[in-house]
Amino acid sequence: MSEIDDLLPCREPVRFLSPDGTEAEPTQEMTDRGYAIPPVEDLVRVWRAMVVGRRFDAQATALTKQGRLAVYPSSRGQDACQVAPVLALQEDDWFFPTYRDSMALVTRGIDPVEVLTLLRGDWHCGYDPKATRTAPQCTPLATQAVHAAGAADGLRRRESDAVALCFIGDGATSEGDFHEGLNFAGVFNAPVVYLVQNNKYAISVPLSKQTKAPALAYKGIGYGVRAEQVDGNDPAAVLAVTRKAYEHARSGKGPFLVEAHTYRMEAHTNADDATRYRTPDEVDEWTGQDPLVRLQAYLVAQGAIDDARVEEVRQEAEEFAAALRDRMNADPQVDPADLFAHVYARPTPQLREQAEMVAAEREASRPETEEVAR
Amino acid sequence: MSRPTTYAQALNTALRDALTEDENVLVLGEDVGQLGGVFRITDGLTRDFGEDRCIDTPLAEAGIAGFAVGLAMQGFRPVIEMQFDAFGYPAFEQVVSHIAKMRNRTRGRLTMPIVIRVPYAGGIGGVEHHCDSSEGYYVHTPGLHVVTPSTPADAYSLLRESIASDDPVVFMEPKSLYWSKAEVELPTTTEPVGRAAVRREGSDVTVVTYGPQVPNALRAAEVAAAEEDWDLEVVDLRSLVPFDDETVMTSVRKTGRAVVLAEAQASPAWAPRSPPASRSAASTPSPRRCCGSAASTSPTRRRSSSTRTCPASTASSTPSRGCSGTTSRT
Repeated sequence: MSEIDDLLPCREPVRFLSPDGTEAEPTQEMTDRGYAIPPVEDLVRVWRAMVVGRRFDAQATALTKQGRLAVYPSSRGQDACQVAPVLALQEDDWFFPTYRDSMALVTRGIDPVEVLTLLRGDWHCGYDPKATRTAPQCTPLATQAVHAAGAADGLRRRESDAVALCFIGDGATSEGDFHEGLNFAGVFNAPVVYLVQNNKYAISVPLSKQTKAPALAYKGIGYGVRAEQVDGNDPAAVLAVTRKAYEHARSGKGPFLVEAHTYRMEAHTNADDATRYRTPDEVDEWTGQDPLVRLQAYLVAQGAIDDARVEEVRQEAEEFAAALRDRMNADPQVDPADLFAHVYARPTPQLREQAEMVAAEREASRPETEEVAR
Repeated sequence: MSRPTTYAQALNTALRDALTEDENVLVLGEDVGQLGGVFRITDGLTRDFGEDRCIDTPLAEAGIAGFAVGLAMQGFRPVIEMQFDAFGYPAFEQVVSHIAKMRNRTRGRLTMPIVIRVPYAGGIGGVEHHCDSSEGYYVHTPGLHVVTPSTPADAYSLLRESIASDDPVVFMEPKSLYWSKAEVELPTTTEPVGRAAVRREGSDVTVVTYGPQVPNALRAAEVAAAEEDWDLEVVDLRSLVPFDDETVMTSVRKTGRAVVLAEAQASPAWAPRSPPASRSAASTPSPRRCCGSAASTSPTRRRSSSTRTCPASTASSTPSRGCSGTTSRT
């Protein structure tokens, strides 16, 4: 293959599993590029995490309806993209998620209550980014693309072999920072993998109104960034392609762009009404491509899991959800002084003055509260 | 030994010393490498520290600022240059939504020790987009410090302090002062960020100013003394955030009058809404006045008398020549 061909994605998205869980016929391009279905034990790990992840997602949606979360952007349907790339990371790799990637954070092993801290309106980031090597969930679209390039360049400077994984949505590929991120990553040969979860809608706007490109993966070549496209509802393919992307980045070959074709089964958030812009038929069609159903059917057919194992993992997911529910039903303890505590390493006199004012007002109101309590 | 040092040389030496002392310091920007920056502030740094420490980046300001965020996450201390004030606007989202807020967002776990150098304001004959007084955009964002030295000694000391700070700093360099000189021995340490300096003591009126207008205020004070026998006290803020309320109020209580002198647009701008303006109005008997440019983009002319705004209604009790330094000079 020529250097230019090498940068281009396969013409058809990489796919190993058909929607019914049977093995799909690999294309010649897939074979030429050395893509092979991952070992079954790895896929069992992915399946287990997807079962737990989907149950988490359903629980978060329920908590929103109960008023325990301010808002929740579900990633149901995108489970393969949420789980497989994260499981394939090494511990010292960095991850740059968006607001829709709570399931991925849970897969990363972050405490689910800390994951949902932002969405319950408690604090903007509940987990420790350094300890978890996971950036705060990014809300301003695509801005994290440049952070990931910089962080990956920083890892390279530290002579680490770690890489950065950056999630992005299809709508965000229209933002300037997506392009600046890819360009900086290319110029600095930064070890970063961009995974675009093309879930077909940016809130209500379909992909056809975001781009004229034949596929988003073609946006890599303009920056000299190698790219691939993958069936984002095929967990085996997502795992294989992201592993290849990490190898590429880790071995000093620079950034890699993956477009995963998937579908957002829920509305944008609980506050959105998806029936205004898409048909039930379309949603039904994607229901038939469910990534979890697909992988489970494959693993059962392979004899890798049986009914007992399925029930065991289902139970594990239920317990995970029940524990989360209990903890989320307890009101968080908040301290108004926190509002002032972290704005600056060295607070301004004006901020200190405001903090003291609030502290004094709270102090003054305290005896009254105690009297009422008596 | 002290020697005549330009403001630009002081900045260059500060960057050089910071790069030498801390291997985590990186300089990034457009043309900062081989060329040494369009104002030569980074002159020779790539030659002496390598292109891995003083880095020419692609021409994309949001990219530069966002890339610095990622580097800061890995423990680096990026010093990034926005080539001109108005060229910094593409980076605004990264500065306001991430650099300023990351520390608070993460309860102090992720700090952003980034210095954003912004050559700003007029007086050099620059065309549109090259002479903005953009400080007003930054001072309203919690999480940022906004520093603007007016002397070579402060240029050195405040830049070193800004690079060493765990808080992000928008470091605003008045272009018109790059070639100003003073007798300075480097390295030098002046008063820390957050302390204003009384550049001229006086008893009749306090002129609160900063950055490019400090020399104008001092010149105006000499004219006022010689021609009108007015004794002006000139306070150089040095940093707009943190704001040194104490020094300003001490001065205003002493003189009983305050003139805020800024090159930025008078409305809506930093100057007229700054704390001393509102507070002095309540706590001093005399009228205050705010002098700044008209609320439009400044023309390219080096000197213009048409853009001054100095409300005549308050002129009776305040030296009218206090306005002489407020003319927009682009």
